[in-house]
Amino acid sequence: MADKIATREAYGAALAELGEKYDFVVLDADLAAATKTGIFKKKYPERHINCGIAEGNMISVAAGLAAAGTTPFASTFAMFAAGRAFEQIRNSVGYPHLNVKIGATHAGITVGEDGATHQCNEDIALMRTIPGMTIINPVDAVEARAAVEAALLHNGPVYMRFGRYALPVINDADYKFELGKGVTMREGTDVTLIATGLPVHLALTAAEMLAAEGISARVVNIHTIKPLDKDIVLKAAAETGAIVTVEEHSVIGGLGAAVCEVVCEGLPVPVLRVGVEDTFGRSGTVPALLEAYGLTPENIVAKAKAALAQKK
Amino acid sequence: MEMSKKLQLARLAAQVRLNILDEVHAARSGHPGGSLSIADVLTYLYFCEMKVDPKNPKDPARDRFVLSKGHTAPALYAVLAEKGFFPREDLITLRKVDSYLQGHPDMKGTPGVDMSTGSLGLGISAACGMALAAKLKGQDYRTYTVVGDGESEEGQVWEACMFAAHYKLDNLCVMIDWNGLQIDGPVAEVMNPTPHDEKLRAFGFHVIVIDGHNFDEIEAALNEAKTVKGKPTAIILKTVKGKGVSFMENQVGWHGSAPNDEQYEKAVAELKAAL
Repeated sequence: MADKIATREAYGAALAELGEKYDFVVLDADLAAATKTGIFKKKYPERHINCGIAEGNMISVAAGLAAAGTTPFASTFAMFAAGRAFEQIRNSVGYPHLNVKIGATHAGITVGEDGATHQCNEDIALMRTIPGMTIINPVDAVEARAAVEAALLHNGPVYMRFGRYALPVINDADYKFELGKGVTMREGTDVTLIATGLPVHLALTAAEMLAAEGISARVVNIHTIKPLDKDIVLKAAAETGAIVTVEEHSVIGGLGAAVCEVVCEGLPVPVLRVGVEDTFGRSGTVPALLEAYGLTPENIVAKAKAALAQKK
Repeated sequence: MEMSKKLQLARLAAQVRLNILDEVHAARSGHPGGSLSIADVLTYLYFCEMKVDPKNPKDPARDRFVLSKGHTAPALYAVLAEKGFFPREDLITLRKVDSYLQGHPDMKGTPGVDMSTGSLGLGISAACGMALAAKLKGQDYRTYTVVGDGESEEGQVWEACMFAAHYKLDNLCVMIDWNGLQIDGPVAEVMNPTPHDEKLRAFGFHVIVIDGHNFDEIEAALNEAKTVKGKPTAIILKTVKGKGVSFMENQVGWHGSAPNDEQYEKAVAELKAAL
């Protein structure tokens, strides 16, 4: 598939497609056109519930729907789901382990021109701390669709992270998604690039660049950040001896931190993190922002070389 | 209401109040004031109003209750025990480390608890979700929730009220426990959320104001609520914080502290007289 498609678009399309097979409802907070739940609404207007601009209420309403045996998807921007409604997600959904699916779109800096207030680089960190929460951050439209179905089949709260920016589709249509299992996208022996979401695309380019310099880089796609596939991380530590993590999220508390935790406790090897450093986002075009925040194949290559230099 | 029914309810409510005292005394902490203020309405709800079965606490067709003011869990547990959801003897395990009676309601661990609550403002939204689920599925169960007057300072309460009216949740009954006191003092002085009646009417509710300790008025209001179509009902319960224990009544200090042994004996003696 040559066309580029944003994971939020795939999310909306998946809801509309799966609405026939599964019994669920979709909640939104006045952002149906942006989160793309509007695609579902068009097909199933009676199953789409607009909650208005009141995200905290929306999450607790979703909890009540789930407590009464209905499966709700609650959608808004990542900033207003994980950020604004963190406590509702923790107390109304997480604590009673209710079957609420949170579709959080516009995550990370690729929100673009809207700038810092809307660029959520903290949601993975926040959601990771909630016991029993499953976190999925798909790499492309195929994986996003698969993630929605996997979330439906999983009994418990799921936080799905989708992006605004259109990306190439890198998985085949027959791709088999396994919740909680990382995917080795490219084999390698010298260093492993562990990425999630959009940065997987960057890591694959970086691996090509490294190969041109005679460095064999493995690329692992972590679509499920929690529960984390510890085996694939420790295997990478054991077999390549150095790791670079890449995420469109703060380097604090996200994928990089999760990988460091596993590696430090299991098999210490150098881990360097690429992501948004301890800073806020800002307005700009997506390519300009990715460049400004070091989310580039070039920076990943540099970090990979630095990690290699740290290998004993 | 027949005199015999009224007497039976009064005795039940006195036992519920005794249970509340047993719980917080044994726990050496908890919230007796706001538990005692809702003892009568909870007694009526569980013994006369709601379709619930202690032997089948997860029955999908049951009426739902959400204690949005979750800190008054002792009142909910006291009624659930009387109704037979779990043994009355377990009440004194409240707040102990291995007890299924948590400091705030836990739907996963406690039979009969329909929603985990405690963080103020969240429960009423969950009640909206339950009421909406009934509408979506064409079920005829009703959902009841009790919100604290202090709790109504939370913005989410009003988000939920907007939602309830917008989706015409006439199967939802929101009760405001208007006891007039919150932790830091009189509600009117801390952050005055009144007038609840006018605000709720403006938000699209059918509003009824009653004496929250009068079973005739409670019965009439709940019956009226069931006749209202196209909008949710709010029942504002004028109550006395600490109701039933003379030295706790209208005393803000009893919002969140437990009686010592001497105070406990005195309270028990007063309540036993009402049995």
